[in-house]
Amino acid sequence: MDGSLGLLLNAVVSGLLLGGFYAAVSIGVAISFGMLDIVNIAHPAFILLGSYVAYLANTLLGIDPLLTAVIALPAFYLLGMAVYQVYYLSFERRQDQSLRGLSFFFGLLFIAEVTLVLIFGVDYRLVQAPYIGPSLHLGWLELPLRLLVPFLVSMLMVVGLQLFLTRSFTGRAIEAVAQDPLALRLMAADPTRIKRVAFGLSFATAAIAGAILIIIQPVEPSIGREYIGRIFAICVLGGLGSFSGMVIAAVTLGVVESLTATFFGPSWAPAVSFGVLLVTLAVRPSGILGR
Amino acid sequence: MVSLADKQQAGAAPALGGIPFLLVLIVIAAGIFAFGRWLNISYAFFAGYVVLQYIVLGTAWNILGGYTGYVNFGITAFFAIGAYSSVFLYKIAPSLPLPLMVVVGGVLAGLVGLGMGYLTLRLRGVFFSIATLALAVVVQTLITNWDFVGGARGAYVLRPRVAPLIGGDYVQYLFLVMLGLCVVVLATARAIERSGLGYGFAAIRDDEGAAEASGVPTLKLKLIATVLSGGFMGMAGAPLPYYVTYLDPASGFSLNYAVNAIAMPLIGGTSSWLGPVVGAVLVGGLQEYIRVTISSAANVLVAGGLMVAFVIAAPEGIVGLFRRKR
Amino acid sequence: MTTLLEIAALGKRFGGFTALQDIDLEVMEGERLGLIGPNGSGKSTLVNCICGTLRHDMGSVRFAGRPLDGLTAHERTRSGLARSFQLPRPFASLTLAENLRIPILYAVNARGDGALSGPDIERRCLDLLAEVGLAEKAQRLPRDLTQIEMRKLELARAMAAQPRLLFADEVMAGLSHAEVDEIIALLFRLNRQGVTVIMIEHIMRAVMELSQRLVVLVAGRKIADGAPKEVVRDAEVVRAYLGE
Repeated sequence: MDGSLGLLLNAVVSGLLLGGFYAAVSIGVAISFGMLDIVNIAHPAFILLGSYVAYLANTLLGIDPLLTAVIALPAFYLLGMAVYQVYYLSFERRQDQSLRGLSFFFGLLFIAEVTLVLIFGVDYRLVQAPYIGPSLHLGWLELPLRLLVPFLVSMLMVVGLQLFLTRSFTGRAIEAVAQDPLALRLMAADPTRIKRVAFGLSFATAAIAGAILIIIQPVEPSIGREYIGRIFAICVLGGLGSFSGMVIAAVTLGVVESLTATFFGPSWAPAVSFGVLLVTLAVRPSGILGR
Repeated sequence: MVSLADKQQAGAAPALGGIPFLLVLIVIAAGIFAFGRWLNISYAFFAGYVVLQYIVLGTAWNILGGYTGYVNFGITAFFAIGAYSSVFLYKIAPSLPLPLMVVVGGVLAGLVGLGMGYLTLRLRGVFFSIATLALAVVVQTLITNWDFVGGARGAYVLRPRVAPLIGGDYVQYLFLVMLGLCVVVLATARAIERSGLGYGFAAIRDDEGAAEASGVPTLKLKLIATVLSGGFMGMAGAPLPYYVTYLDPASGFSLNYAVNAIAMPLIGGTSSWLGPVVGAVLVGGLQEYIRVTISSAANVLVAGGLMVAFVIAAPEGIVGLFRRKR
Repeated sequence: MTTLLEIAALGKRFGGFTALQDIDLEVMEGERLGLIGPNGSGKSTLVNCICGTLRHDMGSVRFAGRPLDGLTAHERTRSGLARSFQLPRPFASLTLAENLRIPILYAVNARGDGALSGPDIERRCLDLLAEVGLAEKAQRLPRDLTQIEMRKLELARAMAAQPRLLFADEVMAGLSHAEVDEIIALLFRLNRQGVTVIMIEHIMRAVMELSQRLVVLVAGRKIADGAPKEVVRDAEVVRAYLGE
């Protein structure tokens, strides 16, 4: 096998795995922004909160990060419902989502980040788990379990949520609220309650996304910001509200970033998402699957 | 807007015209500077510079955010473009006077605002906001990878030993430059509020479709606001390398700048030029007090916490609270 | 009389839904035209396509001899079109007088012929508000108005742009008998000053009184165009309205 071709293929494969992980990071925003039209730019900060919860449980009690995520799910769900309630009462009801609603989430982002800095400092933190370290070797191909496990967990979560939205009554009500809040009101369902549930779900995904983030890489409080551009690039590129488009966009971005990091150096990778975002907004704001 | 302000002043002194207002600002600025010289405490200039910088940043943000309703989160991008253009100029032409560097930083940041706005301002406002968030990351990436201006390691800037024109400590000169910038920015902001441009901005903020139907060229006006806003942010950043003497991406792109520049107008009130000033003086002063008395870690939480509290409980800001009572 | 507005084979689709199809319409300078049709028949979509709020997909729109295709909404307003919105969309943070100031500053003054300045603008705003009976509330904010007053403000703001062609989109809904008469008189007055009026309205009394010609849209198609008395007797129109 030629060296540079091997490099290329490995970069593509790790990009695919990385992209699968990006889907887990983005799905919360695909729900809140894509379906509910709530621009929760603080989402990455809550993903990091999930990472630090996994870190604490792992270092203090030796619990597996993925298990922690499952245990923490209900708490994140409730936290999300609470945040939505504040958002609804303060901004949505007053029709003041754009200026003050956005600033509210920006404030949350900052408060969460600084609070994490105050508690944990700016050092990188990491977790211990049996699947961090070893790799699967398939010929010349190297599959680090550190990337493979998050990829599988992420895909499981996306499929699960997709099934929930299309099969369950509440899920279909969420889809309906995304299409037309007025129609739902006519059906005598309470759109605010449905949105609260959906926003709670979007927060719950942060618990899982946070756990697999700290499996993939050590974290420190400010890396959440790197993910803002990435997440919104993925959601916009994927066409808002469509999970399949979002997964395609996430994998695409993962591969492009991985190639950029391999051939130009990792310090250039964060710029990729911005380029993708700007080009999408300028050329095709409805996303790759949009009409 | 104008008539709201006029109504407030009904029975009080009539509203000042543009030129008299500028003169009043200059007199106040001169008074502040003279007072500082009389005090002759270098800490006063050092701390005062920060508050003035935030008045400029907050007012600049408000020209776009408060007047047209378009939220710019990429403050650090524009601010750092100003700061790093000064680093660049310092490396190639160290003798260039600082005010000229301020102008260059402002022009560069304004051009970035123009390009950015042209690409994203046709879309819904949230897309612009998201794009500005990403812009901050990409400009930081570019600077981190650009070794000439220090890259990730950072760059040292040597201050001249003596301030030009006024003599004495160089920090006094930095203070004076920022004070002058304050006068320019505040006069511009107030002139906009009272002009047809201000009415056009307000119409865009209230209902963009109705504004278009009334003949307002919304894209053009939004671009004007973005260029002015971004340009002033660049100007606010230009003296930074001389103030800190060592600039690296982590400090130049600190989230504190972004949060403060948004929090201060929202806390002070976004509907008039006075809001960002009130917010910057109050929050900036409070932060400095906490930094000295409690800890520097606690002070950064103040702006974020106050901002969230104000957008929830007092959306019109301090200036709005005051007006409602009257 | 010259043709002021000329619409040829206009079509508009939203995804798979055809909102307007093959609309041909000519409006003469100085005419008073009524545009009626059931809810969802495409009346407002047609106004939106003419005024540039929406982009049409097929056909062309000419105004005063110039093609409007590709012009933005504000360029069309400056060229002499003005419209009221069916659901009032006032500038919420501006007083009533300031609401009218926007089209004066940005439409009238942008035309370059006889720009108004300071005190003249103020006087013109107050005059227009007086015409729709809102003079006393000139310094109030739109949130202090009733829905009916909002419609009057909407009309006054369209008039402030000094249009050659005015679209009055359901400005009379909810008004009392006497108020409807007031608005009809107002539209007649404007028309006598040379403004062409296209009225979209459900109140048939007003439509019949004001219109010289009546156009009927049903399901995105024009099904009738002619003298009002004949059009309302037209079998197809009756069927569309009575829903046989």
